[in-house]
Amino acid sequence: MKNIRNFCVIAHIDHGKSTLSDRLLEYTNTISEREMQAQALDDMEIERERGITIKSHAIQMYYKHTDGETYTFNLIDTPGHVDFSYEVSRSIAACEGALLLVDASQGIQAQTISNLYLAIEHDLEIIPILNKVDMESAMIDEVSEQIMDLAMCDLEDIIHASGKTGLGVTDILSAVVERIPAPKGDVKAPLQALIFDSVFNPFRGVIAYFRIMNGTVRKGDLVRFVNTGKEYNADEIGILQLNQVPKKELSAGNVGYIITGIKNSKEIKVGDTITHSKNPCEEAIKGFEDVKPMVFAGIFPIDNDDFEDLRDSLEKLQLNDASLVFEPETSAALGFGFRCGFLGMLHLEIIQERLDREFGQNVITTVPNVSYFAYTKKGKELEIRTPSELPEATLLDRVEEPYIVAQIITKPEYIGSIMTLAMEKRGMMKKQDYLTQDRVELTFDLPLAEIVFDFYDRLKSISRGYASFDYQPTEYRQSDLVKLDIKLNGDPVDALSALVHREKAEAFGRKICKRLKELLPRQQFMIAIQAAIGAKIIARETISALRKDVTAKCYGGDITRKRKLLEKQKKGKKKMRQIGNVEVPQKAFLEVLKLD
Amino acid sequence: MAGIYIHIPFCKQACHYCNFHFSTSLKQKEPLLQALLTEIEQQKGYLEGEELESIYLGGGTPSLLSAKELDLLFQQIQRFHKVVDGAEITLEANPDDLSREKLQALRKTPINRLSIGIQSFLEEDLRFMNRAHSAMEAEACIDLALEEGFTALTVDLIYGTPTLSHAQWEQNLQKVFEKPIQHLSCYCLTVEPQTALDHFVKTGKAQPVDEEQAAHQFERLIEASKAAGFEQYEISNFARDGYYAVHNSNYWKGKKYLGIGPSAHSFNGKSRQWNIANNSKYIQALSAGELSFELEQLTVDQRYNEYVMTGLRTIWGCEISKIYELSPKHALHFKHKVQTFMQAKNMEEIDGNYRLTEAGRLLADHIAMELFV
Ligand SMILES: Nc1nc2c(ncn2[C@@H]2O[C@H](COP(=O)(O)OP(=O)(O)OP(=O)(O)O)[C@@H](O)[C@H]2O)c(=O)[nH]1
Ligand code: SF4
Ligand SMILES: [Mg+2]
Repeated sequence: MKNIRNFCVIAHIDHGKSTLSDRLLEYTNTISEREMQAQALDDMEIERERGITIKSHAIQMYYKHTDGETYTFNLIDTPGHVDFSYEVSRSIAACEGALLLVDASQGIQAQTISNLYLAIEHDLEIIPILNKVDMESAMIDEVSEQIMDLAMCDLEDIIHASGKTGLGVTDILSAVVERIPAPKGDVKAPLQALIFDSVFNPFRGVIAYFRIMNGTVRKGDLVRFVNTGKEYNADEIGILQLNQVPKKELSAGNVGYIITGIKNSKEIKVGDTITHSKNPCEEAIKGFEDVKPMVFAGIFPIDNDDFEDLRDSLEKLQLNDASLVFEPETSAALGFGFRCGFLGMLHLEIIQERLDREFGQNVITTVPNVSYFAYTKKGKELEIRTPSELPEATLLDRVEEPYIVAQIITKPEYIGSIMTLAMEKRGMMKKQDYLTQDRVELTFDLPLAEIVFDFYDRLKSISRGYASFDYQPTEYRQSDLVKLDIKLNGDPVDALSALVHREKAEAFGRKICKRLKELLPRQQFMIAIQAAIGAKIIARETISALRKDVTAKCYGGDITRKRKLLEKQKKGKKKMRQIGNVEVPQKAFLEVLKLD
Repeated sequence: MAGIYIHIPFCKQACHYCNFHFSTSLKQKEPLLQALLTEIEQQKGYLEGEELESIYLGGGTPSLLSAKELDLLFQQIQRFHKVVDGAEITLEANPDDLSREKLQALRKTPINRLSIGIQSFLEEDLRFMNRAHSAMEAEACIDLALEEGFTALTVDLIYGTPTLSHAQWEQNLQKVFEKPIQHLSCYCLTVEPQTALDHFVKTGKAQPVDEEQAAHQFERLIEASKAAGFEQYEISNFARDGYYAVHNSNYWKGKKYLGIGPSAHSFNGKSRQWNIANNSKYIQALSAGELSFELEQLTVDQRYNEYVMTGLRTIWGCEISKIYELSPKHALHFKHKVQTFMQAKNMEEIDGNYRLTEAGRLLADHIAMELFV
């Protein structure tokens, strides 16, 4: 055990975690040159395409240190995006140390701070790394100062590195051995292993990733999952390299995987403890708090017959992504579907994309909202996750909406425009701290509903990218909310309803109508789009009837091109949902919110 | 029987709306002609010995070629193909090329039909389109061609331009109707991607095509041509006394055709192919004895879609028996889908033959798309 080191790589988004991990894997020959590709651990198609890490990735490597000994490293690369910070907190629970990367051209950013605090809370040994020093825009001295300040370390503790050139890799590997403590634990004690992640494999079922705190597990052992109380045979155990490598036994301090033939996603819970049935450990390891979804949206199959398939797919997705929650929902416009909870808009987008790619499920996602609490005059408390759940105004005493505290790190010259943005979003500035002369941290009090949709994009554009952002939920507060209904040719479309602050309802309604006018294809009849609060129409747009749609030329050379064009239109049409007599494209529900 | 199309990829100047393949430099005219001759030989087997009932020289501007150069092409075609007696041999010609001498020379070639790119008889309209000819040339060339003995004439007109009022559109049409011309093609101005016009629209220098204007002018075209004794046998094509264009009609009837020249398309009943749309590369490949093209094998779905798309545009319509022959499943789909349009009086059926009504013709694309699989 003294030769094991468990550590994770944490940083703000895009500061180079996955790239630097590549270099470590390369140096230790964990990945051969042939297998190497940029951000090799980002193995999901969607990660590769978007160039970001979505899920933590654990991998084992062997390193021969200058002391002649060979060490086993379990490295976990983590995502940097706010939506996925729970992935970081789980990875941290399996480790004794963390590499904290800071992009030398960007400096300390919002998630650098929040992820560092997560690691410190869990008593992880922090190795600060100044990354991307190869870049011309690297601000070595300035960022080193920031790191020393934040991580309370000395200049000598900071390792200079570059995932691009490979600089600093040997220093990092040595530091991992010398600075991160070996795991503690008793190999002979009753088995106690923490499940920190799970994935679903269509052939092998559920694969759980665990970190053994105490004891030893062998292939074929009868094991029990403490929280669910279920027992299984350890059909296969092993370690995580680029592929899974089966082993006969694994002991305290190590990280590995277990396959027990579980096919049903509900049977496994990330955060659960694995022990032996015969000689169980006395207590379970403190698991994880359930991640709380921030945004809710309905997900409906395009074709109602696919409802059960959709359920099945969501269950499978949930295995890889415990943060996804869902419950059945019915919509007058869309039929049967699910109300799903997401960690943020990126998470929502990714789930929708994964449903399409991995499960062939083409879905409609309705206008997202946060969750509210409504109190009726009779004193009943109701959780509101979809606008249709809001009781009528006459029955309602009050509504409360969730607030957050947000930290924004930026340059002083953008303070003004950021404050204007925050005010527009019903926010209040609480604090302003200069981290250095050129770097200021602003703290705001804001309604969650105002930041989940387009806040981050707006922030990035007004600060020319020089602002990073992190937030934590705080409390629910009373708010003057109204339900805004959208009608197409007079029929209300519940899937397009939204809960908005009264002051903003009119402007919002006008924008949604305008946006829908752009998004809905013209049809052979006129379409009226209206926004209403109760019986009062507050905005209206019309889409004129399709008057002429015919190609001028269709000769020998035009046929193929024209056919393909119409085929493309037809394909888009298959992804539309008929609401009343109006055809609504699948994308329209989400796109209406992209107002600017 | 089959047809041959030859693409002459040169123009004097670029019309703003045009997305055809052409070059405004004539430098490569000689080598290109050579390459065309080579391709005709190379592709001699494509039509599997079927006789030719039509030859069509399009472009670009084929009237830029001299009668001598054109004769070379005809001779080459005759070396490798049997051309039936009375075959339709069309040359696309621009008014500015049609001098009396040119017409006299053309009369000595096998060409028996001229397709003249008039587009408009209005100076302002012609300038908006950036055509190379003047309004005067537009009028004069028709009379000249008739005088020189070309009896089969067809002219192209364009409507929907911002420079063309409703009254002016009617005047343009009347000018054609008054003359002994049996065939007319009228195209609605279309803003094609990556054309000058597209750029002007995007930068606000030109208005996009006004749908109401275009629709109105199309409706007037249908009425006025009918009154003048023309039959609208295809969305954009009108003929008197059954003088349908043989070559173009065959595209819509699904007959085989061989396309020669850069960007030219060919069809053999099962697959479509198109040559590279680049003069230098086309010449280079052929001088090495190779042809650079892309090929698409058509699936049953695609064949059905093409048949519906092209058939609907013509008076010959879509025959349910032909669809059934292709695939019973598709025939069922078709019958099911047309119901809405029959009810809306956009389509009509006579003895298993489905056609667009006059109202339906305004929505031909939309309806085809709805009928697609
Ligand atoms: N110049 C330079 N570029 C780097 C370096 N490390 C990473 N990059 C680039 O920075 C971008 C982000 O790198 P990643 O390794 O994906 O960053 P990450 O921290 O894993 O990102 P997330 O997982 O999405 O938070 C990529 O375009 C890399 O090519 C470096 O040391 N030098
Ligand atoms: S002359 Fe014909 S081919 Fe040439 S640019 Fe004008 S429209 Fe296009
Ligand atoms: Mg990454």
